[in-house]
Amino acid sequence: MLNEFVWRCIFAANINCSPIHLYGYMESYIPLMVMIAIGLLFGVSNIVLAEVLGPRRSTREKLSTYESGMEPVKTARERFSVKFYLVAMMFILFDIEIVFMYPWAVQFQELGMYGFVAMLLFMVLLFSGYIYVVKKGALRWD
Amino acid sequence: MMPALFQVLPLVVIWLALGAVGIVIQAYVRNTKLVFGYYLGTLALTAILAVVTAGAKGTMFSGMITTGGYANFFDVLFCSAGILSMIAARPYLQRLDGELDEFYTLLVSAVTGMMLMAHSNHMLVTFIGVELMSISFYVMSGFLRSDIRSVEAALKYFLLGAFASGFLVYGMALIYGATGSLEFGAIGSAVVSDALRFPVLFAIGATLLVIGFCFKIAAFPFHQWAPDVYEGAPTAVTAFMSTGGKAAAFSALIPIASVVMAGDSVVTGQMQLMVAIVSAVTMLVGNISAIAQSNVKRMLAYSSIAHAGYMLMGIVNGTTSGSEAIVFYATAYTFMQIGAFVIVGILEREEGGHLQLDDYAGLGKRQPVLAALMSIFLFSLAGIPPLGGFFGKYLLFVSAIDAGFTWLTIVAVASSVISVWFYLGLVVKMYFTEPSGDTSESPSGIAAITLAVSTVAVIALGIVPGWITSVIRSWPPMLTP
Repeated sequence: MLNEFVWRCIFAANINCSPIHLYGYMESYIPLMVMIAIGLLFGVSNIVLAEVLGPRRSTREKLSTYESGMEPVKTARERFSVKFYLVAMMFILFDIEIVFMYPWAVQFQELGMYGFVAMLLFMVLLFSGYIYVVKKGALRWD
Repeated sequence: MMPALFQVLPLVVIWLALGAVGIVIQAYVRNTKLVFGYYLGTLALTAILAVVTAGAKGTMFSGMITTGGYANFFDVLFCSAGILSMIAARPYLQRLDGELDEFYTLLVSAVTGMMLMAHSNHMLVTFIGVELMSISFYVMSGFLRSDIRSVEAALKYFLLGAFASGFLVYGMALIYGATGSLEFGAIGSAVVSDALRFPVLFAIGATLLVIGFCFKIAAFPFHQWAPDVYEGAPTAVTAFMSTGGKAAAFSALIPIASVVMAGDSVVTGQMQLMVAIVSAVTMLVGNISAIAQSNVKRMLAYSSIAHAGYMLMGIVNGTTSGSEAIVFYATAYTFMQIGAFVIVGILEREEGGHLQLDDYAGLGKRQPVLAALMSIFLFSLAGIPPLGGFFGKYLLFVSAIDAGFTWLTIVAVASSVISVWFYLGLVVKMYFTEPSGDTSESPSGIAAITLAVSTVAVIALGIVPGWITSVIRSWPPMLTP
């Protein structure tokens, strides 16, 4: 069903490429072009301005590679607490849940009761897993 | 909506019982006996529902799930394998001090994944089923956390399994690119006619898909992980994943093969030849390598590779008689292999002790019942009448000959003869050599139930095979593209 829809869209786009439609077709890209131009200008001008105006007082810390607060060069055999992985996994789990909820929310009217019940079931399954994780103390930090 | 939902009741029930209820129970109650009983009941209820809904053939959820037919037969098979393995696993894990509630949860979630594979009518559903099953298996094979071999098995299985999933997904993506659909029926109609616009793309995709499944069923040349994983994993887990996992992969492969290798498509000939060669080499490699093993678990692992080769023979011709033969063989194989592994588990000692062939010397005198049952399972695995394994092989051989693959049947018969060497070697060891070393008794506990059921099933499948084949015929496949 969905495939057919996507294919139709692709075909429709191709048909619009005929010369008669071409002017209106290209016109719709103008805002995009403007945005790309402003983006390029902003990025390049910031780098150039910083290079021209910025003072140069280098320290050891400033010159090292930026690694989000980690030291860039050290032993590779460092051990992490397994709790980091648990938290990361929980984060991804609920992140994915949100990803599923956006299209459902957009199509809420069309999907109706069926979609609502399906989403509810999905949430119940996810939530029961969450209860398990909390009860087992997986999120207790010490 | 309600009568339609009735069709998928087995899937819905096991899903909710596992995800919404089982996990919450475990969060609040720390009672292994309760969890064990609860999941046993869940599996039994699911099997009963699968029998009840077997007649309700159709598709659900926009054609993503098929119901009725083979899928329900496989549901019953997976649930039986799950129940038998659970019963055998409890005394085994208690003895090795590794029992946790979560083991049973993982086992049931593996069964759920298998059922999803059997019910699938869409590549994505197949993939979700494969992953749900595989991830449960990764954790289960590393369940004895203090045993280094178990951890090694889990890591190896995980790395190679993840790699295989990549092949599977890439194959599916290319098939989607070539046919414009992931649904089996639509792929079938795109392939059968001359409408296939990108035959090369499709051939590459189909090959990658077959490679992915070859990893999962441990077929040559992707079988290397199986002996290590089957040896290292807890024996109760090996019993389950070498039977249920293999049957599940075949339950997903049957409908896929019937569309990918459908009658008059452009790639049918090459695909059939490829699968036939894989099948022939797999059974030879499995059986010849098994001869050289001195560890019983490794020997049974190589023999399970060979059995995957036999079952691939049913895929080659892609006809109904081939799928029927696979279903019968998968049923017989599940019971005989679970039986054999459970006996190995009963005899096993801590830290992988008592697993060598020499440890089985004189078992016929020490533990006559266990030795007799082990002999029945080994005879059935070797394909000696009148046991279940014989009729499974017979059906597979006949279907391959009907499809015109006589040479494949000759290879299969030859490799069966080779396999008799090591199966009977173990029997000879048990009955005609003197016991040596550790000769302590091994109580079997409730695993005796598993052994009794498996023995009865293996003998019944051999004596009245017509009964089970008529059941298989009366639940024919949903999918005829």
